[in-house]
Amino acid sequence: MQNQNLSLINKIIDSDIFFSFKKSPTAIISSLILLIIFFCSFFVEIIAPYNPFDPSSLSLMDAFTPPSWSEGGTRNFLLGTDGQGRDMLSTILYGSRISLIVGFSAILFSLILGVTLGLTAGYFGGRYEMFVMRITDVQLTIPSILMALLVDGIARGIISRELHDQMAIYVLIFAIGISEWPQFARVSRAATLVEKNKDYVSASTIIGVSNLMIMVRHILPNILRPILVIGTIGLALAIIAESTLSFLGVGVPPTTPSLGTLIRIGNDFLFSGEWWITFFPAIFLVLLAFSINLLGDWMRDTLNPKLK
Amino acid sequence: MSFLKINNLSVNYIMRKETVFAAQNVKFDVSKGEILGLVGESGSGKSTVGNAIINLIDEPGKISEGSIFIDNIDIYKDPKTIKTLRGKKIGIIFQDPQTSLNPLLTVGEQLIETIQTHLSLNKADAKSRAINLLKEVGITDAENRFDNYPHQFSGGMRQRVVISLALCCEPELLIADEPTTALDVSIQSQILDLIKNLTKKRNLAVILITHDMGVIAETTDRVAVMKKGILVEIGPTKEVLGNPKAEYTKSLVSSVPPTNKKINRFNVINKINENDNQLNLKILNRWKKKELNDQNLVEVKNLKKSFHDGIFSESSSKDVVAVDDISFNIKEGESFGLVGESGSGKSTIAKMIVNLFKPTSGEIYFDKVCINKITDKNIMLKFRRQIQMIFQDPYSSLNSRMKVYDIIAEPIRLHNTLIKENELKDYINDLLESVELTKKSADRYPHEFSGGQRQRISIARALATQPRLLVCDEPTSALDVSIQAQILNLLKDLQEQLNLTILFISHDLPVVRQMCDRIAVLRYGKLCEISDTENLFLNPSNSYTKELLHLMPKIESIYETR
Repeated sequence: MQNQNLSLINKIIDSDIFFSFKKSPTAIISSLILLIIFFCSFFVEIIAPYNPFDPSSLSLMDAFTPPSWSEGGTRNFLLGTDGQGRDMLSTILYGSRISLIVGFSAILFSLILGVTLGLTAGYFGGRYEMFVMRITDVQLTIPSILMALLVDGIARGIISRELHDQMAIYVLIFAIGISEWPQFARVSRAATLVEKNKDYVSASTIIGVSNLMIMVRHILPNILRPILVIGTIGLALAIIAESTLSFLGVGVPPTTPSLGTLIRIGNDFLFSGEWWITFFPAIFLVLLAFSINLLGDWMRDTLNPKLK
Repeated sequence: MSFLKINNLSVNYIMRKETVFAAQNVKFDVSKGEILGLVGESGSGKSTVGNAIINLIDEPGKISEGSIFIDNIDIYKDPKTIKTLRGKKIGIIFQDPQTSLNPLLTVGEQLIETIQTHLSLNKADAKSRAINLLKEVGITDAENRFDNYPHQFSGGMRQRVVISLALCCEPELLIADEPTTALDVSIQSQILDLIKNLTKKRNLAVILITHDMGVIAETTDRVAVMKKGILVEIGPTKEVLGNPKAEYTKSLVSSVPPTNKKINRFNVINKINENDNQLNLKILNRWKKKELNDQNLVEVKNLKKSFHDGIFSESSSKDVVAVDDISFNIKEGESFGLVGESGSGKSTIAKMIVNLFKPTSGEIYFDKVCINKITDKNIMLKFRRQIQMIFQDPYSSLNSRMKVYDIIAEPIRLHNTLIKENELKDYINDLLESVELTKKSADRYPHEFSGGQRQRISIARALATQPRLLVCDEPTSALDVSIQAQILNLLKDLQEQLNLTILFISHDLPVVRQMCDRIAVLRYGKLCEISDTENLFLNPSNSYTKELLHLMPKIESIYETR
């Protein structure tokens, strides 16, 4: 077993993708940043110096402490505190976890929905394909953030106020997911159209393999590359969408703040001089989205050189 | 005095893991009025040499050594020299006329552009020159066709335009890289005749790069044989092909299917396994061999297939009729050949027999059952396992994301759901052995194999369901001749051992002659004639068949006096 693992590692190190990874400083730096961010958000309970959601550890006396290096800052709060005395560093880390969870879940949701519809549309063709593709056309004319706002607004109307705070995160995932799926449907349909005319698909049909198995076992693995590429770039978009919605106040509730919520809270104090409350979460968000985007660009260039 | 002289040319491609020596110490010369054939299998470096002459070697390729002289000028000494030579003194003809012309410009505009780049002529003079050129390469009504776009020309006509482009600045050297490979036999011979005539008339030095020994035999004066970047043998065509000295040339010549007789097996000199003469296939132990009866396995009656052109046109007048009222029978145990040029509908018939398309009208009977009207999935599955197919392109016919083991296991699992894992493993090993692949192949992915090996995997997959009919759609046309000989031998062996019935589809007449018992000739979706193979080749009755037989390039033609 260990031998097998070793040979797998060797194979990865030897592969062309790893080679181009080694040669691309942007890819290395951005994936390093992402690794650190993912690690910190995942083990936030251990890493964060404070738990900002534990009221007993908060003290209003600490409120509006500036970052440690500026005048009036203390070493206890590296990036300062917000209006309730919460440590900014800890809140950012907790917030980024929520942002990442929402982003990943939303992109996974739209990926599954989009690929399923796109793959079947491309494979079966005919009226079904027309129907699906016209829906994507219509939806693509509406900016995705408006789409997400619409879905979120409808959900607010349906779900009662008490339930809404608990459900907010799921509503958000659904709203962002539903606004992103046409991208995946289009790409997977186009790739399916290419793949389904190849002889290996005909060979499987002649053998008698069922349509479902052809799609899952044969076509899907062959169209994954372009889908992964737009999936990565889509992840950055989803995280930004989440922050935008939270900034507008329709995302996650302020009791469990995400990055967007933190920026909104800090926005109120921006002009009274407490710049750090909005600045650090914003920088963090930019860093996160930028790294994902750079990594996605590198993936596109490596996996699909023709798109360059 | 030789016009082109290549001295110890070496071209290297420095890759990440290794350096590929595409050409090593290649040395030859070409005189005016002479056609030199450059022949070799894929990867032999024949195109690399051609590209080196016109400085078209792509990164990371590099000329590491040697020199090229044209008219006693070293073309690599000064990088500017080649620019003035290319297009002017050297004309180039590429393989695919589809892509070597710009589809957005008319033929005339492209000609004038090239002429004015190299010669200082005004537009009117350039135009009259262009029209004369088009006439010279055999384009009728050149004045009117001058303003046509490339898509308005047929494949052969387009290649004529490409030739006129290559000739437009009075070149003295013409490099033709597989100029007829993308064309049908009848057009191929016209183009080759044109090149021959032009060589004489204009006193050109011509390098003809091709893999086709028949073309070499009929066209060239001298031939250079290349293998893996090394020049193996060079000499007058008659000598090299008729009495080859190098071991490699011998094996190459013996792999070419003879056009004038039927041989039992190809004489393959470099066999993979020395001991594969014993034809006891292990697979026979589990093969439920059907006794051959003297009956028709396949009966095709009044088969018709038309494709609807466009979504909006309701009328049937625009339909493209691919197969028009065709009937034939295939006896159990025979190999039946379908021959025709591109667009003759031969592949469409194959796809209807394996049930990828439904015919527009007509019936296909397999073992007395009309299979194109079956709607029940389970009954269909029963017939699916009896009819299998081998495809032309060995690259797209295997799923590159699956291991060979899974590719071959798929049909077995599907048709024998109770099979146990270790039994399946044995079965796959036997199948691999019967197509002369090692057991280790099962663990690898298709991209680790060469074209010929992939085709063997394809055959193993087709045999996995123990079919009675094997449809082979141009199974060797993407392969090199030596590999083709091996695959054809394998198919013959398997047919004898396993009592298979084969439907063999090809455009290549010599190959069909070696493989088939009976042959049907198709043209534009209509049946021209059906006849026993030997009878067809000796006394063809249909005029189209006669023409095809007359035009096919014959390697034997070197023995005739020219």
